[in-house]
Amino acid sequence: MGRYVVRRLIQAIPVVLGATLLIHAVVFALPGSPAVARAGADGLPPGAAALLREHYRLGEPFLVQYGHYLAGLFRGDLGVTFAGVPVADLMAGRFQVTVNLVVTALVVEAVAGVGLGLYGALRYGGAQDALVLGVTLVLISVPALVTGFVLQLLLGVRLRQAGVGLFPVAGIAEGWRGYLLPGFVLAASSIAYLARLTRAGLLEALRAGYIRTAVAKGLSRRRVVGLHALRNMLIPLITYLGADLGTLMGGTVITETIFNLPGVGRQLADSIHLREQPVIVGTVTFLVLVYILANLVVDLLYAVLDPRIRHE
Amino acid sequence: MWKTPAPASPAGRPPGGGPLLAVENLHVEFVTRRGVVRAVNGVDCALNAGETLAVLGESGSGKTVTAQAIMGILDTPPARVTRGTIRLRGTDLLGLREEDRSRIRGSRIAMIFQDALSALNPVFTVGAQIGEMFRVHRGLSRRDAERRAVELMDRVRIPDARRRVHDYPHRFSGGMRQRVMIAMAIALDPEVLIADEPTTALDVTVQAQIMELLSELRRESGMGLILITHDLGVVADAADRVAVMYGGRIVENAPVHDIYRAPAHPYTKGLLESIPRAGGKGRALRAVEGSSPDPMAMPSGCVFHPRCSYRQDDCAAGEPPLHPIGPFRGSACHYWREVLHGSHG
Ligand SMILES: Nc1ncnc2c1ncn2[C@@H]1O[C@H](COP(=O)(O)OP(=O)(O)OP(=O)(O)O)[C@@H](O)[C@H]1O
Ligand SMILES: [Mg+2]
Repeated sequence: MGRYVVRRLIQAIPVVLGATLLIHAVVFALPGSPAVARAGADGLPPGAAALLREHYRLGEPFLVQYGHYLAGLFRGDLGVTFAGVPVADLMAGRFQVTVNLVVTALVVEAVAGVGLGLYGALRYGGAQDALVLGVTLVLISVPALVTGFVLQLLLGVRLRQAGVGLFPVAGIAEGWRGYLLPGFVLAASSIAYLARLTRAGLLEALRAGYIRTAVAKGLSRRRVVGLHALRNMLIPLITYLGADLGTLMGGTVITETIFNLPGVGRQLADSIHLREQPVIVGTVTFLVLVYILANLVVDLLYAVLDPRIRHE
Repeated sequence: MWKTPAPASPAGRPPGGGPLLAVENLHVEFVTRRGVVRAVNGVDCALNAGETLAVLGESGSGKTVTAQAIMGILDTPPARVTRGTIRLRGTDLLGLREEDRSRIRGSRIAMIFQDALSALNPVFTVGAQIGEMFRVHRGLSRRDAERRAVELMDRVRIPDARRRVHDYPHRFSGGMRQRVMIAMAIALDPEVLIADEPTTALDVTVQAQIMELLSELRRESGMGLILITHDLGVVADAADRVAVMYGGRIVENAPVHDIYRAPAHPYTKGLLESIPRAGGKGRALRAVEGSSPDPMAMPSGCVFHPRCSYRQDDCAAGEPPLHPIGPFRGSACHYWREVLHGSHG
């Protein structure tokens, strides 16, 4: 097990290298100068622009810049913003917001997705099952931008006017409530995929031979479905949830912007606006690392859930 | 401890009280998109305590569906029992509430399946799966249930049971897995054990060991054993009585010696002639000619008549009842005398 973890971590190195190289190339290819973008309409004094360019090595060739960045990364240094704040510190403040959002989304996804899927499967072929399929279809096809604004209007504004102030329109001034709407919007399409996966998974599991055995053992329906079928289905569900963590992380860029949450995602959006190269690269690197770790955890969980799999 | 006193003996039954299990006029059909499949069409049979009843018949003849109906594990829908009774020591199982039925299932009637690998849950240890019988039906603690699981694994002769109780099914060989299934099925001393082709998926040598084990367990416990099989060799060795199924009916029901000596139904006769016999002067393996009946469009009259060499004009008209031939024997053929005495065919 320990050797497996080490091997997986070593395998992650080329992934980190490739991802950072790619993001460097994209940022490098962006038109315009970061220094100019930062200064606004009035422009910079000529000396200042040159100073910035030199300090952040903006004039140097691509690979040299990348080399410097890697050397920094190796020392645990994600770079420094144009305002002189280390990217790592900036991230630390914002990471909590993103973690809150992603965890909210993951919980909403797991509860709603698994719940809908089980409900549909247990009423397979009936009207409720058709309703579940319809709901998932809507969730899949409406983009986050639309769900976000519609829910802001309906729940954040109208419902609040009607006296129910559960959902703030935006921001985190009201604590955990501020994460409910964005959490749902972020999770919306994932809920639908998970619901369908759960539904199909349960239908398949219920046809398995070991379910027939469980019934023949005289177990209650609750125990047959809730223990024997569900325990087998957990394997694909956990795999999906783990892989989906990456999708949710990526989704925070849009969701945090819509709901004005000061998290890593909005930081990435802002820094792209401002061409703040160190922040863009630092943030993306960070997200890649989180993604790789999440996948590793899922693979380890997999071995715990499925006795047929052993990591040796 | 679960044995209830037998009811008064119905007339014409073998001595020793009424039968342990009596199936009468059982009909099961499946409602499918393509139509109604009549899988079981009036099965009558009885099983006595300590007896082994072999159920023979070609693929699709309704053996498994009958077993599942007795067990109460048919998928409903698509399946439904449209007529008949299934009595366990006089209690009609079909009339019970699901709650009472599931208390009987596994504890008084148990079943083992053909493919033990898919019949065992891959994510639980065999100990947990055997022990579950005691935990659910007897309310034993996890520790006590595990102790009983080890005892059972010893009893079905799984070596090193104390250690292997913590292993998962995929770590066992095919024969050992079937032993695990058997341990689970006999855990609560059932009165009836149904084995649906328990050895089909196994090597020949392992098949013999499993059959040996089943016979031994039946002798020790006095349970009734319903053995569904294609293997006529197994029938000759292990069975007391044979029920031959065709087209969802039992067409012949007889003590094993009688049936081998002189079959009383043309289909049974065809089946027995299909086995190659050692030293049988090069008699070739011959399947019964013709193809199985379409369960969506059963032939009128006797279901076997389109394939029958004893066929007469009236065979397509009336469905033959199970004609009694002696006290323990029956044949659903109008012309059983001709078949029995081999006047032709
Ligand atoms: N779920 C189902 N839906 C529709 N028809 C079914 C279903 N299960 C069984 N049948 C039909 O019921 C009939 C009897 O099937 P059954 O499985 O009892 O046969 P069998 O005698 O056990 O055959 P085998 O020797 O192949 O196991 C067959 O015609 C089969 O097609
Ligand atoms: Mg079968």
